[in-house]
Amino acid sequence: MTNQPHPQDRPSPELRVEALETLLVERGLVKSEMLDGFIDRYANDVGPMNGARVVAKAWVDPDYHQRLIESGTEAINELGFSGPQGEHIVVVENSPTVHNVVVCTLCSCYPWPVLGLPPNWYKDPAYRSRIVREPRTLLAEMGLDLAPDVQIQVWDSSAENRYFVLPMRPEGTEDFSEEKLASLVTRDAMVGVGIVTVA
Amino acid sequence: MPWSGSASSRWREPVSLFDNLSLDPVTSLPRSNGELVFKEPWESRAFGMAAALAELGVFDWADFQAGLIAAIADHERSDDAPQEYVYYERWLAALESLVVERGLVAVQDIDELVADFCQRPQGHDHGDDHGHEH
Repeated sequence: MTNQPHPQDRPSPELRVEALETLLVERGLVKSEMLDGFIDRYANDVGPMNGARVVAKAWVDPDYHQRLIESGTEAINELGFSGPQGEHIVVVENSPTVHNVVVCTLCSCYPWPVLGLPPNWYKDPAYRSRIVREPRTLLAEMGLDLAPDVQIQVWDSSAENRYFVLPMRPEGTEDFSEEKLASLVTRDAMVGVGIVTVA
Repeated sequence: MPWSGSASSRWREPVSLFDNLSLDPVTSLPRSNGELVFKEPWESRAFGMAAALAELGVFDWADFQAGLIAAIADHERSDDAPQEYVYYERWLAALESLVVERGLVAVQDIDELVADFCQRPQGHDHGDDHGHEH
């Protein structure tokens, strides 16, 4: 912290970020093109569509399903999804009696290779505290009304374990192809704030 | 802007959370399954810096993450002069602390460069997403 008064109450993060990048580039610590690459990858290429493929495969392939439950990261790697924040992915499976939902109470741990970067609400203090304190109420506010007899299990992701929800396959999809199944799976269902439905 | 306002007011209006997203053509741009990953270009640059430095082994991701947890906790603890919670501001605070702590960049250098930027003539708009190749 410096003693210089700032012209506004809130110093501009834009300028600080630009200054920091300029200095890091000048000193040869990083190249702007590398930043561009990461940004483009996580804004456009890596996202919930990856996780949806994992879920659909688990629904149609019992062996894969078992590998996914036993060792999430390895089974996810099988489909070519890996990278930062992809270590120690633990898959938790929904059932008619147990609904799983994921949070990171301390920051924003999230399985990037299968879901991309977390949405804003996942990083919000309100979600991070309320989903632990009153999950049923909050899920209802977010549009997911669970039957009273469904138990809600809240999982706190961290650097050690990043949780990923395997949602239930909706009824009436017995003759759907794997690809068509994947198209039904949403990010919200894989975080546990939604379920998969046939649109 | 479905995400303006304080956290508490957002959560008293649950319909605004998801319903408005689908109504806003901007938020549907990057993917069908959510909102924009970055609300402003600077957020993406802050993200990219941390990701790149960790990838290059300049620091461990775990060290950055510990700093991020601390930066978030700092904000949530401070109840004097409550500020709007902006996730990537916490991210930036963690990143800046770590690069300063590692001796890669001095705070004074950042401050001086920011001051220089403030002297730039009007019209040098950094709202767009150019690559900082000045």
